[in-house]
Amino acid sequence: MSDRELVTTGHVCAVPIRAEDDLLAARHAVRAAALEAGFGLVAQTKLITAASELVRNCYVHGGGGSLVIEHLVPPPRAGLRLTISDEGPGMEDPAAALIDGYSTGPGLGHGLGGAKRLVHEFHLETEPGKGTTVVITRWAGER
Amino acid sequence: MLGDMERARGEIARVIGEHRDRIAAAWVVAQESRLASPGAVDAEELREEAETLIACLREGLAAAVPLDHVVTGFPPIKNAVTDLSHRWARLGVSATAIAGAIFALKDACLEVLAEEISDIELRLEATQLIHRLLDAAGLLTFQTYVDSREEIIQRQNRQLLEISTPVVRLWRKVLAVPLIGTLDSARAQIVMESLLQAIQENEAAVAIIDITGVPTVDTAVAQHLMQTVAATRLMGADCILSGIRPQIAQMIARLGIDLSEIITRSSLADALTAAMRMVDDVSPGEDTRGESTLLNVP
Repeated sequence: MSDRELVTTGHVCAVPIRAEDDLLAARHAVRAAALEAGFGLVAQTKLITAASELVRNCYVHGGGGSLVIEHLVPPPRAGLRLTISDEGPGMEDPAAALIDGYSTGPGLGHGLGGAKRLVHEFHLETEPGKGTTVVITRWAGER
Repeated sequence: MLGDMERARGEIARVIGEHRDRIAAAWVVAQESRLASPGAVDAEELREEAETLIACLREGLAAAVPLDHVVTGFPPIKNAVTDLSHRWARLGVSATAIAGAIFALKDACLEVLAEEISDIELRLEATQLIHRLLDAAGLLTFQTYVDSREEIIQRQNRQLLEISTPVVRLWRKVLAVPLIGTLDSARAQIVMESLLQAIQENEAAVAIIDITGVPTVDTAVAQHLMQTVAATRLMGADCILSGIRPQIAQMIARLGIDLSEIITRSSLADALTAAMRMVDDVSPGEDTRGESTLLNVP
């Protein structure tokens, strides 16, 4: 139980991704953070969905990792930055992975590209054998 | 060395047997001052608990059981300790307090042992023995506590899975599955199974899957839904996806998921209207079962 608990230090919150149940915990953590940051309903749903895709990728393809949620508060903009990282096999061709319909697993292949369209900033760092890190940022109050 | 231990064991059994009342009294006093809510367990009960524990402990020491297995392998002690944990846990005593109560028995025993055993070597041996025994007993209370919590969690999980996937008959040949909560692969499987079974049993022509209560629809959820729809079609029934809220609609479009093959409606009411048109029938059914019958709760 204790290792499932959210570790909060100031405005940073980390969720370990080790089992399928953690996907739910990750979504709840993102929802709570989005509420706290003052996101509207649509912005909330967008960020949660993007996080859900990336966290699932992290679990399914990367064999687990972690999600780090950071509150960004340089006034007047508030936002959230999520860092999802794993130490899995990485991607051979990240550019292809972003194209809709491309999947190495049984999924639909819309997750990564879809997540990119749901947030304002999207950085993907991956190398075969060295794991994958995705950093996404969404600002509150912007379409 | 082994002989010493056996001797210490015999000695403890004797001392505990002779002074059980004193040990019990000391323990009861200690518990009364320790328990956060003194009213939770009354003095009479405490006294009984103490006597049972001490009697079992003495029996265990006298029985031919290896020392490390006295607590876990000798049924009377094991039962006495687990019973105590269960009873106190129900009374709202915390796991720490229960384990603490068992550990407090050490002090009560050691006090008496110190007076009764004059041989230093033997007393040392006996002290170590008491510690090992009651540490194991304390751990057992914790294990019992954790096990019972685990059991509650498992039971609730199963209950949740059951109540969250009902198949409801709305009209003749029209079924509905109101989904609530997260749709992971395990639940998607259950939903699909109970829906297909209900379609067969009711000769249903239309199945409405309502996702009003699904908070997040991502590609994995969409994929599960599409698979369920495909399976429904194979059974010869049509599927309507309802309860698509505005933000969910945006999300599905933004993710680029193609649901154009599936009939979708924003509300369950719209879906029911569409379904009734599809079955081309406005009578609820020749049998008088009523419009809404809970058919299949696995």
